[in-house]
Amino acid sequence: MAWFKKREPAAQEVKAVDALWSKCNVCNEIIYKKELERNLNVCPKCGYHFPISAQKRIAIVADDGSFRELDRDLAPVDPIHFRDTKRYLERLKEAQKKTGLKDAFITGKGNIQGSPVMIGVFDFSFLGGSLGSVVGEKIARMVEKAMEERVGVIIFSSSGGARMQEGILSLMQMAKTTAALSLLRRERLPYISVLTDPTTGGVTASFGMLGDVIMAEPGALIGFAGPRVIKETIKTDLPPGFQRAEYLLKHGMIDLIVERRKLKGVLGRLLGLFYH
Amino acid sequence: MVRHYLDFERPLMELEREYEELQRFAPRDDPRVQTRLKKLQRRLAKLRQDIYSQLTPWQRTQLSRHIDRPHTLDYIQLVFEDFIELHGDRRFMDDPAMVGGIARLDGETVIVVGHQKGRDVKEMSFRNFGMPHPEGYRKALRIMELGARFKKPIITMIDTPGAYPGVGAEERGQSEAIAHNLREMATFPVPIVVVVIGEGGSGGALAIGVGDRILMMENAIYSVISPEGCAAILWRDGTKGPLAAEALKLTAMDLLKLGVIDEVIPEPLGGAHRDWQGAASNFKEAVLRHLGELRDVPEQRLLLERYHRFRRIGAFTQEWGDDLAG
Repeated sequence: MAWFKKREPAAQEVKAVDALWSKCNVCNEIIYKKELERNLNVCPKCGYHFPISAQKRIAIVADDGSFRELDRDLAPVDPIHFRDTKRYLERLKEAQKKTGLKDAFITGKGNIQGSPVMIGVFDFSFLGGSLGSVVGEKIARMVEKAMEERVGVIIFSSSGGARMQEGILSLMQMAKTTAALSLLRRERLPYISVLTDPTTGGVTASFGMLGDVIMAEPGALIGFAGPRVIKETIKTDLPPGFQRAEYLLKHGMIDLIVERRKLKGVLGRLLGLFYH
Repeated sequence: MVRHYLDFERPLMELEREYEELQRFAPRDDPRVQTRLKKLQRRLAKLRQDIYSQLTPWQRTQLSRHIDRPHTLDYIQLVFEDFIELHGDRRFMDDPAMVGGIARLDGETVIVVGHQKGRDVKEMSFRNFGMPHPEGYRKALRIMELGARFKKPIITMIDTPGAYPGVGAEERGQSEAIAHNLREMATFPVPIVVVVIGEGGSGGALAIGVGDRILMMENAIYSVISPEGCAAILWRDGTKGPLAAEALKLTAMDLLKLGVIDEVIPEPLGGAHRDWQGAASNFKEAVLRHLGELRDVPEQRLLLERYHRFRRIGAFTQEWGDDLAG
């Protein structure tokens, strides 16, 4: 497992060498893009799990043709007229153009190895997968729908945390989503949280860590505070592997680490065990 | 008590010192002294009005962190009776950045928990500047669960820069501790009144902030991220805090307008740090009134209304879509 030691803690971006080739963030291997995609965006040399789009995630875990998207037209607004060096509305437009998504989260109902389940997936490429009003509303709705239809919920997280540009409304999405999950829990329906690289801040500190089962992809950065903030606060180096999935497993914070190519199988089996 | 002045309060400093010295040391029967005192009083009143009636969000941020502001234990002493502090999370340790216990409020037994900051260097360090570790949140949860079991209303006080970002805190599940509290507070079958008394810093504040009523002291702030943290990320310049404070809409009035809180509790002119008794009495009046409104609400309705209180927060648009729900 030498691969995660070499890596800069916050480096996430896939640097395209050109349109045909990708370079691994961890081992610097140059990989033919088609081969990378065939390998579910996992580096064939070192096993690094590249971040993937929400669409791709759904294609990997849901049974072919079973996914029906919900609330596709839920779109963000600018409730506090936020402006930093750029307007929030501009940032939204750019992100929408870049990703083809309205916001950072896709929800829907699908089957995993025949078991029906509500699926929610973050897309990190949309404003760092940040949790704002649209994401919170979509989660609340998917949980409520899961109770109506008596199915479980799976959320795939990859997020920098609450979205600053919606101010306090973003923080309140943590309370809103966890309140919804408290109802699902009372209804005795399973909730599986899958943490992928990276998941930090308000997402980890709300629905991220509340799964009946919590799993993570290998090497995923998972934490409350980001490693840079912690380092600045305590002014010493961080322990090796700190906040990586393997570290959390060792400290008892997650149930299991599952490689991407095995994810569908494990989720399918788990749902089967909960349902029958 | 040595009074601390923020930069924008400095114009008051000399006048207040002169006033206090005259009052203390000058002969009272001297008419010239009396005239001077009256003049000073008028000038002070006007100056205070000028300074405190149009505070910027950044000035409020500074006030919310003012070292002389009443903290949780001060409010407990001024507002509650018969307080017995409870300690420890029964898992790992006692976190001094979070305090809580059982007390009486106007004769009724209540549960009270809150972040605790320090006032001098030694206490600030002991209280870790009001930044809890996971154990603080677990202690708060344990004490609040007493309220749920023994059917006592819960009052929480928020005053923290945020949950502590450290190695141990992460290893022992800072995220899990916060998340767990959010979920459990949504289900306690007793009235919960939350008061932001100073600094409401992000998830570490919200972790004791889920309730039926959320109130804010006039000069308190409540934000998704500290203005400095926001500035460092979005402006790439931590000194742009004043700009970020403006942009984040973090004052009590902002949150009232956004429908996130229910009421702004007025502070005496100049802020709670200049008149603890006045602030405490406004605090008590507001909390008692809200508890009174919640007292007879049946359990099921209380929980449903609490759910919807948070469920409705958020801003978005939706056109007709081809989704399953349509």
